Amino acid sequence: MTDERKVVIELQDVRREFHVGSETVKALRGVSFKIHEGEFVTIMGTSGSGKSTLLNQLGCLDTPTSGEYILDGVPVRKMRRRERAVLRNRKIGFIFQNYNLLAKTTAVENVELPLMYNSAYSARQRREAAIKALQAVGLGDRLEHKSNQMSGGQMQRVAIARALVNNPAVILADEATGNLDTRTSFEILVLFQELHRQGRTIIFVTHNPEIAQYSSRNIMLRDGKIREDVENPNILSAAEALAALPKNQDD
Amino acid sequence: MNFTNLMKVAITAIMSNKSRTLLSTLGIIIGVAAVITMMAIGQGSKDSIRKELSKMGTNLLTIRPGGDMRGGVRLDPSAMQTLKMADYEAILQEAKLVTHVSPEVNAAGQVIYGAKNTNTTVYGESAEYLTIKLWEIKDGDCFTEEDIKKSAKVCVVGTTIVEELFGDKNFDAVGKTIRFKSIPFRIVGILKSKGYNSWGMDQDNVMIAPYTTVMKRIAAQTFFSSINVSALREELSDDAIEELTAILRRNHKIKDGDDDDFTIRSQQEMMETMSSTMTTLQTVLVVAAAFSLLVAGIGIMNIMLVSVTERTKEIGLRMSVGARGIDISRQFLLESVMISLSGGLIGIGLGYLLSWGANAIGFPATVPLWSVLVSFGVCALIGLLFGYIPAHKAATMDPIEALRYE
Repeated sequence: MTDERKVVIELQDVRREFHVGSETVKALRGVSFKIHEGEFVTIMGTSGSGKSTLLNQLGCLDTPTSGEYILDGVPVRKMRRRERAVLRNRKIGFIFQNYNLLAKTTAVENVELPLMYNSAYSARQRREAAIKALQAVGLGDRLEHKSNQMSGGQMQRVAIARALVNNPAVILADEATGNLDTRTSFEILVLFQELHRQGRTIIFVTHNPEIAQYSSRNIMLRDGKIREDVENPNILSAAEALAALPKNQDD
Repeated sequence: MNFTNLMKVAITAIMSNKSRTLLSTLGIIIGVAAVITMMAIGQGSKDSIRKELSKMGTNLLTIRPGGDMRGGVRLDPSAMQTLKMADYEAILQEAKLVTHVSPEVNAAGQVIYGAKNTNTTVYGESAEYLTIKLWEIKDGDCFTEEDIKKSAKVCVVGTTIVEELFGDKNFDAVGKTIRFKSIPFRIVGILKSKGYNSWGMDQDNVMIAPYTTVMKRIAAQTFFSSINVSALREELSDDAIEELTAILRRNHKIKDGDDDDFTIRSQQEMMETMSSTMTTLQTVLVVAAAFSLLVAGIGIMNIMLVSVTERTKEIGLRMSVGARGIDISRQFLLESVMISLSGGLIGIGLGYLLSWGANAIGFPATVPLWSVLVSFGVCALIGLLFGYIPAHKAATMDPIEALRYE
């Protein structure tokens, strides 16, 4: 049913083994799936399920021991370190649990960072793109705020703007709401759903099953294999959930 | 990442840790300042020695007894007695490329006037000596040919002796009689003051008398300790040396192929000898300073390694958004080069200040431009060299590990 859409990510029997001392740890034992453009996929699993390893594969930070990973038409397995860095720069937007903003650096400069490594952008173009991305996440009025002058939610918005600024093929979020309180988590989820509506491809790795309800597809991982891969027929609205939260309960 | 962006990143990193950066550059600052000051003092002394020697007359040639002593072999005492009256006379009669000649005999001893005394050296010379040395008389006159023939007990003295014996260096001592080793000498002239020379000798603590007087009455010897000669012109020095060598070899009956039993040095050679001594000293000092720069470089490497470890997470982030290994290594290399260059600049400034201070307290010092350029270059090199290991460490980090680092 989704087959006409462009395939952004394709995993073909991806395996990843680590050698710890004399033992071989099989973190991924043959994972295959396709993700199409415009999907909002959550990847879930308990710790030790191979979730992090899979995320590193998807983010081109690591390469499979065997199998093949094709990102936006480019086979990744045999790529060299340097080539993968460029690939990450052009096609992937990372969002981390702990934001990973540069300290003592303004929001705009943080968002500009990926474009600093792309010589096609001039300083002016870079700044314009960064401002546009910050406006898209609702921080148009906080351009020159430094990272230590912002709340957790604001910092995560800056991080999301940074992930958007290079107009990536896929956005990879790793427990992106893990450090935020309930209300702020929902605000961020609202933002993700908005990006999804705009046609962005999002992969959200989490161990929180609640988040799956707001995505379009859910992949469950266990012991390095896919246990479940289902479309979500009934996507909940994060905006409604946010509105339903009791307001200012602490006051 | 292009250079402008790299610069921005490096400056931000340096400025966010000002006090640590300053401390890590301290070694470089001290090292460079030391090099600059050493070079300045060395250069200043060389310049002043050159000026000093040229004041003595650039066409001065000195004939000494004994062969070339540069080998350091101890000489037979008889070899020191080869310059005789006959040589002096032969030079006077035959040498065409020399204008003035003065044989020299000297003796150290006490000079007395009334209840006062001082130690000095008496130089037995001909009346032409002052012309050869370009020395001038302040009061009175030099002794005459007549005085030399008669071995007259007359002398010319420097102002230090006047001051020591008469209590005031401006005292007109002409006509007074002083005693050197119980022999009375009448003062006929007083030399114009020349102060200390650049190797610390008081040029005014001298007493000059006819060489005949010193030979017969004081030293009781028939040979000269040296003969000073002025060449016709400075550029004829080498020809004059040849001419004098021929005369003396014939006089001393030296067979062809045998070594000379005397040495002739020109002022040019003296200058070179003095300069080479200074150059050796300078080299030793600069090598010492270079070692301090090496240590300073290790200090910078240490700080950079700490900095890389501290910023592991930042490195991971940069890699995840697309920084290649080379981007990361350039970033850290530039940072270490900037740290060491800024240290170098401060060091150069401090070096100038110290040289100025040295000048103010009487050490001649001029900062040679090339030493500034070399210091600057060396600092850049240190930054690159000692920044390499930390930069390499940063560039080869695994982005996954780096992102996970706490």
